[in-house]
Amino acid sequence: MEYVALQLFNGLANGSFYALLSLGLAVIFGVLRVVNFAHGAFYMLGAFGAYLLLQDFSVGFWPALAIAPLAIGVAAMGLERLLIRRLYGLDPLYNFLLTFGLTLIIQDGMRLRFGLQGQPYPAPAELGGSLSLGPVGYPVYRLFVIVFSLAVCVLVWYLIERTRVGMVVRASTERPELTRALGINVDRWVTPVFGFGVALAALGGVLAAPMRNVSPLMGSELIIFTFAVVVIGGMGSIVGAVVAGFLVGILASLAAVFDPALENVLAFALMAVVLLVRPAGLFGSVDRT
Amino acid sequence: MQRTIALLVATLVLAAGCGGGNVGPGGGAVKLNDGKLVIAVINDQSGVYADLSGKNAVEAVKMAVEDFKAKYGENSLGGPVEVITADHQNKPDVASAKAQEFYERNAADLILDVPTSSAALGIAKVALDQKKLYINVTAATTDLTGASCNKYTFHYAYDTYMLAQGTGITVTQQGGKSWYIIYPNYAFGQDMEKSFRQAVIGAGGNVIQSDGSPFPNTTGDFSSLLLKAGQLKPQVLGAMQAGGDLVNVVKQYNEFKLKDQNIKLAIGLLFDTDITALGQDAFAGTLYTTPWLWSMDDQSRQFADKFLKRTGIRPTFAHAGNYSAAWQYMEAVRRGGTDDADAVVKQLEGYKFNDFFIRNGVVRADDHWVMHDALIAQVKPKSEAKEQFDYSKVVGTLSAEKASRPLADGGCKMPK
Repeated sequence: MEYVALQLFNGLANGSFYALLSLGLAVIFGVLRVVNFAHGAFYMLGAFGAYLLLQDFSVGFWPALAIAPLAIGVAAMGLERLLIRRLYGLDPLYNFLLTFGLTLIIQDGMRLRFGLQGQPYPAPAELGGSLSLGPVGYPVYRLFVIVFSLAVCVLVWYLIERTRVGMVVRASTERPELTRALGINVDRWVTPVFGFGVALAALGGVLAAPMRNVSPLMGSELIIFTFAVVVIGGMGSIVGAVVAGFLVGILASLAAVFDPALENVLAFALMAVVLLVRPAGLFGSVDRT
Repeated sequence: MQRTIALLVATLVLAAGCGGGNVGPGGGAVKLNDGKLVIAVINDQSGVYADLSGKNAVEAVKMAVEDFKAKYGENSLGGPVEVITADHQNKPDVASAKAQEFYERNAADLILDVPTSSAALGIAKVALDQKKLYINVTAATTDLTGASCNKYTFHYAYDTYMLAQGTGITVTQQGGKSWYIIYPNYAFGQDMEKSFRQAVIGAGGNVIQSDGSPFPNTTGDFSSLLLKAGQLKPQVLGAMQAGGDLVNVVKQYNEFKLKDQNIKLAIGLLFDTDITALGQDAFAGTLYTTPWLWSMDDQSRQFADKFLKRTGIRPTFAHAGNYSAAWQYMEAVRRGGTDDADAVVKQLEGYKFNDFFIRNGVVRADDHWVMHDALIAQVKPKSEAKEQFDYSKVVGTLSAEKASRPLADGGCKMPK
């Protein structure tokens, strides 16, 4: 029984990553109508950012938690200006292909430089211990990841639902023409929103570095899973992305109690069921997409 | 003028080599069926096993060809030697299709390397159909010399039996009596689980439980299995994952602090590249079995120095094994005076040899397992490393006899 209870924590920790990644995807899709396939690559860059900061500049985990997402977010804004922007007028498939191509370039570029095997990255010393929860110790770092990501998710939700900036962003998402007619410069928000979404992915990457193998492939392995989460939550739905992220994390971990193989399958089975019962996703509304 | 003469001589030599009469076996000149020798390296060049063998294994084979020519002369094999290569992406169907293509269309005389047991077994079938040579270096499954053995397939460097005999028995005898085994759920992992279970029980220990993990593991998460280990409280957690999966397991084993709960970690298969990925100290003290270490003696060091100059890293045993296997194959072609597959098989069967990689080697004729000594190694803490890549020290040797599965246990019935 304690084992099952502790599995819940594992589920929450895994869910934290799904939530952060799908949250970024949802924000970007909501405003730009771009399915950002390169999201996994940015997550990987976040982890490598943390690694390089430590390796080459002796910058530790805490500063890296801010620096890496900022730097990668800014770089992504450049990318949006340079490439992604040009394809808005076309079928969304074009941007999907563009970001897919970018993924391959980023991934193979990193592979050329670092190889595939992965790079070492230690957990910060303050969080290195383990907390006694019942019969076994549970890593403090994982508990931190859960709390931290939850806080970030709440913050993003607040930013979008309760502030003026968020209101403008939401308005430009739902009725771009009407918003423009009210004298608001919608296009101004497109680039920062993309950068923000990508920064969330990079943040996930930094968080993952102490507990996952820091390898160029870490993103491509996770992104497919994340897409399933986004579909379950409802494309473009902020709350949906977060809830579905944690939900899939928990359910997959509980399924692993019965059979470890189920952990990988569950998200996709769930996605199929959701698509059958509620095609717009748990929190999606049909008219928005 | 001098160049013209040299050219003339070369042409004459070529003519003698290719069309110049029938020279008997061992008589010096080699007669090749299609005028050239083609060695194909099929391995993982993009996935989890790309670093431990991959492109650098191809480099190792090229080095062997160059060194062979430098030693015996440019035309010692009766024609040019080509090295071709393909990425099998760890997929058995891709591996088999590539093998078929190489044997048929590219006139490959030999296929080398092939990590990922399921892909390795697929190619064994193709080799038998095509009646062409296949020396496997990097796959671990004992089925290559057991249920799936055949006349054209050889297993060169190591197998799960060797790893279990070394690590399983040593750790159990040192007091790690109760084991919880986790393994990647495909041919390699299942075979590892079986071999380790036998070895542990044979040495007086017991296996409390074993669990398979998905392969490939897309989430990179092994926490549910590690949590279970914390509950079961075995003395030893036997991790049979390899490559990137193993790195994740060890990283999370350290994260869950299982060592502080007196659960020792035993690793089934460890490559130097895994140690690079996690840092030496994450593995310090770990015992493991390996057919070869680059720092084991001067002979090996010599090869490792050349390899480092060429690739920028120290060779794993897979790199060294590919060099050695390519070399011994060329030796066999030279001895037999032909690249005819059946003749080369005859040359290899029962052959006794030593080189920098293989010690006390015998090619067992009945199942084509290459018997040789294995090493018990231990990862040193970083403070003891004298240079980069100086990860491990040898703490014992497993004799060829002990490292090889008894013939009767394999159940190899060589198809004629």
